[in-house]
Amino acid sequence: MAEFVTGLPIELSKVAAAPGGVPVLIDIELVFNAGGRTVLLGPNGAGKSTLLRVLHGLIPPSAGSIAWGDASTRPHGQAMVFQRPVLLRRGAADNVRYALDLAGVRGNEADVRIAEALDEVGLGALAARPARVLSGGEQQKLAFARVWALRPEVLFLDEPTANLDPAAARAVEQIVADIHARGTTIVMTTHNLVQAKRLADDIIFLHAGRVTERTPAKEFFTIPRSPEAAAFLEGERL
Amino acid sequence: MNTLSESLALAAGLVTHFDAHLVDIVMLSLRVSLTATFFAACLGLPLGAAIAVGRFAGRPALIVVLNAMMGLPPVVVGLVVYLLLSRAGPLGSFGLLFTPGAMVIAQTILITPIIAALTRQIVADAWAEYREQLTSLGAGTYRAAMTLLWDTRFSLATVLLAGFGRAIAEVGAVMIVGGNIAGVTRVMTTTIALETSKGDLPLALALGLVLIAIVLLLNAAAHTTREWARARFG
Repeated sequence: MAEFVTGLPIELSKVAAAPGGVPVLIDIELVFNAGGRTVLLGPNGAGKSTLLRVLHGLIPPSAGSIAWGDASTRPHGQAMVFQRPVLLRRGAADNVRYALDLAGVRGNEADVRIAEALDEVGLGALAARPARVLSGGEQQKLAFARVWALRPEVLFLDEPTANLDPAAARAVEQIVADIHARGTTIVMTTHNLVQAKRLADDIIFLHAGRVTERTPAKEFFTIPRSPEAAAFLEGERL
Repeated sequence: MNTLSESLALAAGLVTHFDAHLVDIVMLSLRVSLTATFFAACLGLPLGAAIAVGRFAGRPALIVVLNAMMGLPPVVVGLVVYLLLSRAGPLGSFGLLFTPGAMVIAQTILITPIIAALTRQIVADAWAEYREQLTSLGAGTYRAAMTLLWDTRFSLATVLLAGFGRAIAEVGAVMIVGGNIAGVTRVMTTTIALETSKGDLPLALALGLVLIAIVLLLNAAAHTTREWARARFG
C-alpha cells in the first residue's frame, strides 16, 4: 500500500511547457486520480516525456498551473524511473538505501525495505554488487527496486523497457504490475503498443504538444476518437 | 668522462645510498606539498562542486576567473604571500615568513584554483547525467553536490594528484616565501636551482631524478587506481 496520500489528484490547468525555450506542451488540461494506470502515447516529439517531467515537478510549467492534491509544490510520495537508469557508483543495496535516506527512512526499517525490494525485482543475490557493473536489464530492475522501497503514491515511468531485451522487458512489466497492485498510481510512456494494451487502464494521446484524446484503453485500440490517434495506430499497423 | 655522465653517476650514488642531506630535502618537499594539497583539497573540492551544482548570479564569470587562475604564475603568488607575511604585512605578526608554513600557504593558494576548476568540470559533467535522477529522489543542492563528489571520487583523485604534482614541482613561490634556508625551507626544486647555479650538479641531478620518480610513481598510481576502479565500480 502506498505510504503517502497527499499528492493526488494531480490537476493540470492550461499547462504549457517550454524547456530550453522551445514550446513542447500547449494548453494541457488533465486530472490524474488515484489508482489508475495511464499510458501516454504519441509520435516522437509529441511531448510525452516532457509531460511526465512536468507531472513529476522536474520541469516547471511555462504557463498554467499544476496542483498535487492540496500542494502547489511537488510532494514526497512520487517517484520516477527513467529510460536509462542513473545509478550511483556504489553497491546495489546502497543505491536503494540512498533513496530511502533522502525520503527519511533509515535504520532497521530501511534494511527491511531494501531486502524486500531487491528480492521483489530478483536482485537479492546481487545486493553487494557495484550497481554500475550490473547488466542493462539488472540496472533497470535496480531502479525499480529503488522505487519499490520508496512505496510511492504515484510512479512515473519514461519508456522503462525501451533499452531492454524481451525477457527483461517482461520482468519489468511484471514489477510494474506488482507495484500497481500495491496501490501505486502509474503514469507511463511507451512506444510499445502491445505493452500499452497490456498495462493501460486509459490512454492519453499526445500530438504536437496537445492532448487529442483521453480514452479507456480497450476503446482506444478499437475506435480511437481523434484522427491523429487513428492515423498513429494505422501507421503502427502498417 | 663528460660532466653529465659524471654527475649522473654521483647522483645515482646519492640516491642509492639514501644520502641524509638528500633525504631531508625530499622529506621536507613531500611534507610541504602534501600539506598544501590537503588544504587545497579541503577548499577546492567543495568549491568546485558548489560552482558546478549551484545556480547563482555571477556564476559564469566565476568559472572564467577560476579557469584563468589555474595559470597563476608561482612567482606572483610567492610575491603576494611574501607581502602578506612580511613583518610589515597584515599577517606579519604570525612570523611565518621563511618557514615551511609560508611555503604551504603559497602552494595552497597556487593549487586550490587548479583543484577547484578541475573538480567543477568533472562534477558538472556528472551533474548533467545525474541531475534528473537526484532531483527526482529529492536531493537538494548540498546533498547533490556531496553525492557527486563521492561518485566522481576516482576522477577527483587524479585531480588531487595533478594539484600535488604542480605543488611539488614549482620553484618560484617557495623560493620567495621560504627563502631557501638550508635545513629549514630548502626543498627539492629550490635546491636544484641553487646547486645548479653553484655548479654542484650531482646533488641537483639526484634531486631531479627523485622528483621525476615521484611524479612518475604518482601517475602510475593514479592510472592503476582509475583502471581498477573502472573495472570494480563501473
